[in-house]
Amino acid sequence: MSDSDFLQMRGISKSFDGTQALLGVDFSAEAGEVHAISGENGAGKSTLVKILSGALPRDAGEILLAGERAELGTPDRARRLGICAVYQEFSLVPHLTVTENILMGQMPSARVPGCVDWAKAHRRAEEILQSIGFVGIDVHKVVRQLSVSHQQMVEIAKAVAERRRVLILDEPSAVLSQEELDRLFALVRQLKQEGTLVLYISHRLDEVFEIADRITVLKDGRLVGTVKPQESDQNQLIKMMVGRTLGEIFPTRTPPGAEVALEVRDLAKEGSFSDISFSLRRGEVLGMFGLVGSGRTQVARCIFGAEPFDAGEVRLDGNSIHPRSPREAVREGIALLTEDRKRDGLVLICTIRDNASMASFESLSRWGVIDRRAQEAKVQQKVQELDIRPPLLDRLARQLSGGNQQKLVLAKWLMTRAKVLILDEPTRGVDVATKVEIYQIISDLAAGGMCILLISSELPEILGMSDRALVMREGRLVGEFARAQASEEILLASAAGVSQ
Amino acid sequence: MTSGSAPTPSAPVKAGGGLRTLLLGKAGARTRRRWVDYAFIAAFGVLLLITATVSDVFFTQRNLSNLLRQAVTNGLLSLGMLVVILTGGIDLAVGSVVALTAVMVSGLSDRGMPLFLAILICLVVGVAAGAVNGFFIARFKLQPFIVTLATMGAIRGLVFVYSDIPITPSDPAFRAVLGAGFIGPFPVSALIMLATYPIVWFFLTRAKAGRAIVAIGGNEEAVRLAGISVTWHIFLAYMISGLFSALAGVILASRLGIAQPSVGSGFELDAIAACVIGGAILGGGGGSTFGTLAGVVSLGMIDNLLNLFNVQSYYQQIFKGVIILVAVLARRKQR
Repeated sequence: MSDSDFLQMRGISKSFDGTQALLGVDFSAEAGEVHAISGENGAGKSTLVKILSGALPRDAGEILLAGERAELGTPDRARRLGICAVYQEFSLVPHLTVTENILMGQMPSARVPGCVDWAKAHRRAEEILQSIGFVGIDVHKVVRQLSVSHQQMVEIAKAVAERRRVLILDEPSAVLSQEELDRLFALVRQLKQEGTLVLYISHRLDEVFEIADRITVLKDGRLVGTVKPQESDQNQLIKMMVGRTLGEIFPTRTPPGAEVALEVRDLAKEGSFSDISFSLRRGEVLGMFGLVGSGRTQVARCIFGAEPFDAGEVRLDGNSIHPRSPREAVREGIALLTEDRKRDGLVLICTIRDNASMASFESLSRWGVIDRRAQEAKVQQKVQELDIRPPLLDRLARQLSGGNQQKLVLAKWLMTRAKVLILDEPTRGVDVATKVEIYQIISDLAAGGMCILLISSELPEILGMSDRALVMREGRLVGEFARAQASEEILLASAAGVSQ
Repeated sequence: MTSGSAPTPSAPVKAGGGLRTLLLGKAGARTRRRWVDYAFIAAFGVLLLITATVSDVFFTQRNLSNLLRQAVTNGLLSLGMLVVILTGGIDLAVGSVVALTAVMVSGLSDRGMPLFLAILICLVVGVAAGAVNGFFIARFKLQPFIVTLATMGAIRGLVFVYSDIPITPSDPAFRAVLGAGFIGPFPVSALIMLATYPIVWFFLTRAKAGRAIVAIGGNEEAVRLAGISVTWHIFLAYMISGLFSALAGVILASRLGIAQPSVGSGFELDAIAACVIGGAILGGGGGSTFGTLAGVVSLGMIDNLLNLFNVQSYYQQIFKGVIILVAVLARRKQR
């Protein structure tokens, strides 16, 4: 680090409910560079940039902009200092037009005071979109009606509508097509020419190597190091991010049985997916890969009864079942670990005890009253098996770290008599150590005869854990690969619809 | 941390950090919450102490039993309200249900119906009123505020249809047992009210349905995906509120010995206030039976004290308003 750098963050620390998200991070970047911040989920990337953009208060540390101490208490203040961020979650107002969103707070006035000069506004929004190479977006349209990738582009346009000194792009590529990504990169290079510092958050290494001048790696809330792409390679970066090589992460699997337990035939839901057929054998881990929006999650939710489907059949142990609600699915022995544990996996204000036993209240109670002894014993047992820390049953779910929260959701389902376990992104946002533990748990469960459908957008996870892998694209199953056939390139090509 | 775990970007600036750190050290919201509870208890104690020294009437058996009897209605309503608030809802119709059942129990017993039967019918009517609320809210996912606002008006209309003049039952037994009865030094009505609290406490902490209700207020979707019927439990919560409103109505009619069709308007506000003072969070995710009881008693005491000191009731309302604001402010969620 040099003291002359345009942006300097010194000793930045931040914790959430006892979880240390950042610890003493010293980060600096120059004006006119593209600086990538990389790291595993949960490494603290988003937290770091949110502190910079004023979206989160920091616990400790200071930030210097062009050598001056900057107080970035609110997004508004950061914005006035020329810092603007585009987050993974959008900050657009869905029922306003593209123009209003791009020009929010700076709509041109008409001659009549207090009125908007709409013609001028639309023209200006169009100019902005054109100047950054985003064409084909109708500025009159309401944002809600746009595709996700177009929304992302509007979000970016909004951020660069004024001149920025620092532009933060937080995982911008997740929803963009290759062509759109190329346009984004062109824009990033243009901004860099103009002297803007672009902070590019991503865990996709090929992308990072293509666009960044320097790459800083975070791991478990600490800064591991900063490298230049030309002096490094992907392997080195993975090791920096993960702290170990891939071979040490995944457990050895026992081969599955031959007996088919779950069979899905011609499942379809209008507007989401169609012709989904697959079978799942006892003790098998079936991977399901697909890009965001490919319909993976909807398939899982339909099998689980969380959403209705239009056609098709789900058979469990040879019997046709048609769960109309999660309640019925749970009774049939199906469990779903949802992709977002905070949104719909846990009741954060409730205790470990409550969360763990939530799906098995029925079997734990008599005359509608919960048998506290049985509950305590069973929860305690699962907490120990899964090594949930701290092992205090009255601890609120909110106070646990991401990894322990995820194990708590697993505990909830393992307390039921589930035969089929659907895992939707089971390791999202958990640290590497917990990932390894979760992989071991999955492997043990499968060895014990559990059928597991593993939905993931992390290729190493699919490849490392699955006996077979399915690939979904635009609501259809487009490929099935045996463990030996599959590779990152093959799955990715299949998911993206590119023939190799 | 993933971005999902981070609170929303509209971060309020941390204000007054210095003072809080001074008072509480670096401990988090949990310690702070407890501190607030202690502060309330302490304030309560000081209030009692001042009263005891200034007024020689307060600590008489007569006054205390009066205080308890006056707190019965709000005590019952608040308990039902708490169950509803825990699901993330609100029940504005409780006051109207009080009026309906008060007028009905008076009317029915005045026409010679056996008292226990009249009471039973009224309790069923209360549950039914709650069921109507619950049906619209749980089945059609309508906003509890709007639904109960509608039924609040409709039920009030129903009361006036039933009788637009006050009803005074002539049967002396009507007043004797519930309203004016005593067991030792304790009013029967107060004992009934106090007995409902441990029952509801047990329900909320130990029963399957109670835990589900608490969890629904925290994260409805997570509860649904755990295989629990959210619809049924929300429905149940409003029926419980209806039941307690009916019980309150019957006891009120019995205590006053007359049932006005206009009785009970504004009662929902006192009930909500008691819950909130006791730590309940509108929208779900917080609240306890013990806290609610403390809220009921402190509101009752404030009324009682100000009465003893002959403060006009208008001032009482102002005072109550201030207390509610202070309570909510003190319990404001920190991050």
